[in-house]
Amino acid sequence: MTSATASSGTVAASLPAPPGLLRRIWRNKAVIVGFGLLLLILLMAIFAPWLAPHDPYHQDLTNRTVPPFWHDGGTWIHPLGTDPLGRDYLSRLLYGARISLLIGGAVAVISGFIGTTMGMLAGYFGGKTDMVVSFMITTRLSMPVILVALATVALLGGSLWVVIMVLGLLKWDRFAVVMRSATQQVRSLDYVAAAQAAGASTPRVLLGEVLPNVLPHLVVVVTLEAASAILLEAALSFLGLGVQPPLPSWGLMISEAKSYMFFSFWLIAIPGTLLALLIFSINLAGDGLRDLFSPEGRA
Amino acid sequence: MLVYILKRLGLALLVALAVSIIAFLLLRLSGDPAIAIAGEGAQEADIALIRTTYGFDRPLPVQYVDWLGKSLRGDFGDSIYFKVPAASLIFDKLQTTLLLGFLALAFALAISVPLGVLAAIYRNSWLDRLCLAIAVIGQALPNFFFALLLIMLFSITLRWLPVSGSGSWAHFVMPTIDLGYYAAPAFMRLIRAGMIEVLDADYIRTARAKGLPTSTVVFKHALRNAVVPVVALAAVQLGYLLGGSVVVETIFALDGLGYLAYQSITYKDFPVMQTIVLLLSVIYVVLTLASDIVNAWLDPRIRVA
Repeated sequence: MTSATASSGTVAASLPAPPGLLRRIWRNKAVIVGFGLLLLILLMAIFAPWLAPHDPYHQDLTNRTVPPFWHDGGTWIHPLGTDPLGRDYLSRLLYGARISLLIGGAVAVISGFIGTTMGMLAGYFGGKTDMVVSFMITTRLSMPVILVALATVALLGGSLWVVIMVLGLLKWDRFAVVMRSATQQVRSLDYVAAAQAAGASTPRVLLGEVLPNVLPHLVVVVTLEAASAILLEAALSFLGLGVQPPLPSWGLMISEAKSYMFFSFWLIAIPGTLLALLIFSINLAGDGLRDLFSPEGRA
Repeated sequence: MLVYILKRLGLALLVALAVSIIAFLLLRLSGDPAIAIAGEGAQEADIALIRTTYGFDRPLPVQYVDWLGKSLRGDFGDSIYFKVPAASLIFDKLQTTLLLGFLALAFALAISVPLGVLAAIYRNSWLDRLCLAIAVIGQALPNFFFALLLIMLFSITLRWLPVSGSGSWAHFVMPTIDLGYYAAPAFMRLIRAGMIEVLDADYIRTARAKGLPTSTVVFKHALRNAVVPVVALAAVQLGYLLGGSVVVETIFALDGLGYLAYQSITYKDFPVMQTIVLLLSVIYVVLTLASDIVNAWLDPRIRVA
């Protein structure tokens, strides 16, 4: 689909032997760049306590909106400046990476568990089960995610865990859709029939035979949904109805700096760029994985 | 065809019913709505009065049937905050949001159709890669951040457009771009993939062999067939755009349904919130129903399946 596939396809075609997985990964630049960036942000998040020059919650009202080092008046004491409450921006950004990654990961796990279970059951059993699951998917798709999430979080009170639970319980639709059709394709294959004939129990067939073979699809949806969950959290927090202050969510930081953006543009530009970079890296990794797993990517 | 439409219509009605139950139950999540309406520090007697006035003391199924019955007759209750019927409040703003939704959809198609077609014709060229890069970057940019960037550029630096409000057409420019750009990459990929498939088909070779000019082949023969899946996506995307209007309208203070939704959520205005969730869901159900019927009419294979 993408140019990365096409180029790897043509190179692969001129080779005598089919390349192995590692070489295919190496040749797929999207995967390398995407996962490289993602790893960098992950390391930022993990090592935030050691990397952060200051306490991200410490307010210093005498040092408000200090610009980053490349601006006039910037200092290396606060490399990326301070926010309107005098908190060190770099420290807040590093801790903010934890929130985004936690949201992306936790929502993907919760919604992935719900959606995969529903999709696999519908795809494997078909008939009435499929009808019920398909109906649930259609109903879920009809409801505007952001509006329902906003209303629910507002009613339950915004906190990190409420946001994670609400998004986790809302975003299973794509998992269910993809897992359903992937399972339908695998269901009638010989090795599934062999396992059934050997007397394997249904859970065993589903977990032992079907799941490993639909896993590539699952991995791709995980990346898509993690990215989308991170964007949703940022939007909810931006609107003041997600993660609550003083937590350093990137979306919330943009919201807090909004009224200062005319004079201190970097206050919104830095967290905004980081957020875009994170989503970009996850999408790139997901796109690359899709190409890697698709038959023409193996050429 | 008639059987297919009836079946599809029945499903749509069932989905709408399920959505109404969820929209109703959703707002009971916070526990007792009477406490929320009374506000903090209210007396027990006041809460009890509110409970009986709004009928919150009755069993949930009774409340639901009562609410559904009234909703079907166009009575969505009164806004707790604005003190006017929710229905009149909402239908006032719906026009603005529908206009914004269609403008954003038109904007998304205006970028994605030419780019998708070009990317398919010159596939794997620098142009194709540029289109892909635009798509990937577009999908990574959070729309609320993009909105602020637009304000910085068009309102602060160039002073061309007003920051917020909804008085004139100029107020719609930035919201349209902000809402529409996010939908464009999906269309572009679909059109590119569709065009690539169609351009390789035999009838295109025939058309070329007949000596027809390239533009006729591309636009009259190829695009027409590549556009079929776009109809379905357009319906789905319009639904998403209406939902996404919450963020965009709030940032630009555009006085539509999305902004009203945001206000009703912050003021805990249950009747308005409930009605907007229900209305947007029903619009989505109708849109997908319409696109399914259009597709079945365009492509007879769908009807019999």
